[in-house]
Amino acid sequence: MADKTKKKEKPPVVESLLAPGHRACAGCGEALAARLILDAAGANTIVATTTGCLEVFSTPYPESAWKVPWIHSLFENSSAVAAGIEVALKALGREGEANIIAQGGDGATADIGIGCLSGMFERGHNILYICYDNEAYMNTGVQRSGLTPFDSHTTTSPSGSVSWGNRTEKKPLPQIAAAHGIPYVAVATAGYPVDLQNKVKKALSIKGPKYLQVHSPCPLGWAYKPEDTIEIGRLAVLTGLYPIYEMENGEITKVRKLGKKRQPVKAYLKPQGRFRHLFTKPEGKEEVKRIQKIADGNIERLGLV
Amino acid sequence: MKRIMEGSMAVAEAVKVCRPHVIAAYPITPQTHIVENLAQMVADDELKCEFVNTESEFGAASVVLGASAAGARAFSASSSQGLLLMGEVLFNLAGMRLPVVLACANRSVSAPINIWNDQQDAAALRDAGIIQFFAEDNQELHDLVIQAYRVAEDPEISLPCIVNLDGFILTHGFEPVEVCDQKLVDEFLPPYKPLNYLDVKNPMTFGALFEPTWYQETRYRIQETMEEAKPLIEEVSKDFEKTFGRFSGGLLEKYRMDDAESVFISMGSVVGTIKDAVDELRKRGENAGVLKVRAFRPFPTEAIVEALKDIKSVIVMEKMISLGAGGILAGEIKNAFYKNPQAPEISNFIFGLGGRDIPSESILEAYEKAKRQENRDVFVDLRKEALEVTY
Repeated sequence: MADKTKKKEKPPVVESLLAPGHRACAGCGEALAARLILDAAGANTIVATTTGCLEVFSTPYPESAWKVPWIHSLFENSSAVAAGIEVALKALGREGEANIIAQGGDGATADIGIGCLSGMFERGHNILYICYDNEAYMNTGVQRSGLTPFDSHTTTSPSGSVSWGNRTEKKPLPQIAAAHGIPYVAVATAGYPVDLQNKVKKALSIKGPKYLQVHSPCPLGWAYKPEDTIEIGRLAVLTGLYPIYEMENGEITKVRKLGKKRQPVKAYLKPQGRFRHLFTKPEGKEEVKRIQKIADGNIERLGLV
Repeated sequence: MKRIMEGSMAVAEAVKVCRPHVIAAYPITPQTHIVENLAQMVADDELKCEFVNTESEFGAASVVLGASAAGARAFSASSSQGLLLMGEVLFNLAGMRLPVVLACANRSVSAPINIWNDQQDAAALRDAGIIQFFAEDNQELHDLVIQAYRVAEDPEISLPCIVNLDGFILTHGFEPVEVCDQKLVDEFLPPYKPLNYLDVKNPMTFGALFEPTWYQETRYRIQETMEEAKPLIEEVSKDFEKTFGRFSGGLLEKYRMDDAESVFISMGSVVGTIKDAVDELRKRGENAGVLKVRAFRPFPTEAIVEALKDIKSVIVMEKMISLGAGGILAGEIKNAFYKNPQAPEISNFIFGLGGRDIPSESILEAYEKAKRQENRDVFVDLRKEALEVTY
């Protein structure tokens, strides 16, 4: 029997520019971030996306989740494709018709596509580049990228009897972007949706190349419960492992302070299967200390407390 | 009025009158003069377009891809390693049905590094779904660039096109060229009106994921379109002749073939040298002719079979080889004659690789060898001294 009272209480349907029904995993931080970003950018936006999870789960022909003009070409060229779109609109007298967003995962951005990205920054195109950082090649099955964190287990940097996983720290991509002299660089996380959307809006109000790196928790690749995505996103920030901040014209202008909410790195590492090996052997304690040092360094460098 | 100019300038002048919106490029010898000339035209306000200097050929091809998808007429040029670095994007342009026109200053492929002419770079892209023309001289080159846009942008075609010009021989060789009049070009080549483009008023998804239920049909469509492009290429070249008063297009060109018994087949600038050699053979009483392949993709199989129907001996002279298989052009011509009882004797000679000079004598020697049927994948002018020290 229909319950009329209950029907009335149903919250209004929020129309999003990234339609529901796509094929992302439950709890996908990247899908959440992409929807928040697109809705903050609005309908007058053209999006160029690299090959990766986002492209695969959102555009299985003949379906598409994108309600804005959207293009995917290759793994490493969304920044250059977007540059082509930007100059084309200029030449066609359609400049200002749309925001232009180029986006890709951490592998597409920090590794294979860094040449095109650097070119886009250096030439000064009016484009917002979004890096969805889920810290490994998730679409191909969790292989290590240049943004995989220290001691993380991936399928190509596995932990083992003589291995603690990935032995390099994250490539400092926001600093590399800022070193190009671009007007706006920001780091955000799907864990703080309002902050993320504000950064998108601010970026799009500034002319020139912009870089936004978004910590995008991946329940499958990081091995945590899908319902914990927001929590994991927040813990990354609160432990100092993934500080969120803004840089304008090369200078840090805003950081999210941790204050009393600061947490030890263990709080972030423990719920994630990709760091489980740090807690199964007694020597793991030393590794956790090393990771704490990385967080302490971030906190000191950015003045987070 | 004719002007004396390099092939590179003949390309640049042609691109200019086609009014592109976006040019993106990265320098590589011997393509450089093409893009330098275009950059200067933009700097002098003779050409109003966005000129983008990219960080690599890969980036340049990606920029023109994005520009084309946004509805712009776009141009790029490259050569050799640069064309190969573009390769991933070039396949993508074809798959996305974006009619970008590119010039390729044909150069050998490394290693060993060598900046001089052959056509192995273009050969490497033969399976990409890109229309490919080869020019014999600077005038033909100039005219082909303009015709390339007409063919590529035809709504029934919508495929990228590469116009090939032999590195140094044409890029840096000076010849008289009649530059096409802007007004006539505007009549011949209407503004680019894509069926679909990136537009916030009509949002569409480009470059979606095609699963096994969909992908194969996209390849069928490109193959079908290539077939449809053959009559269109002929039609466009006739229309070009009507507008500009000279014929310099089409799939093939015949030279002294009316009563010929032996016919050379080749592509690009060396055809001129071969024509000279044929004149010499004619003086000696030999009934020789030349069939120039202007359109390499789509491959004019039927037109070639028709052109060679009464020919006894065909001598394929080519600057490309599929290592491990043999001459590429010859292979395709043999394929065209499969099970044809009138098939001529087909000889294959590989020559001019890495810029090796091709004197008339080498062509005459190939003719003699073909006569003696010493003709299976023969390399012309191999140097014994070089063979002793290479592997």
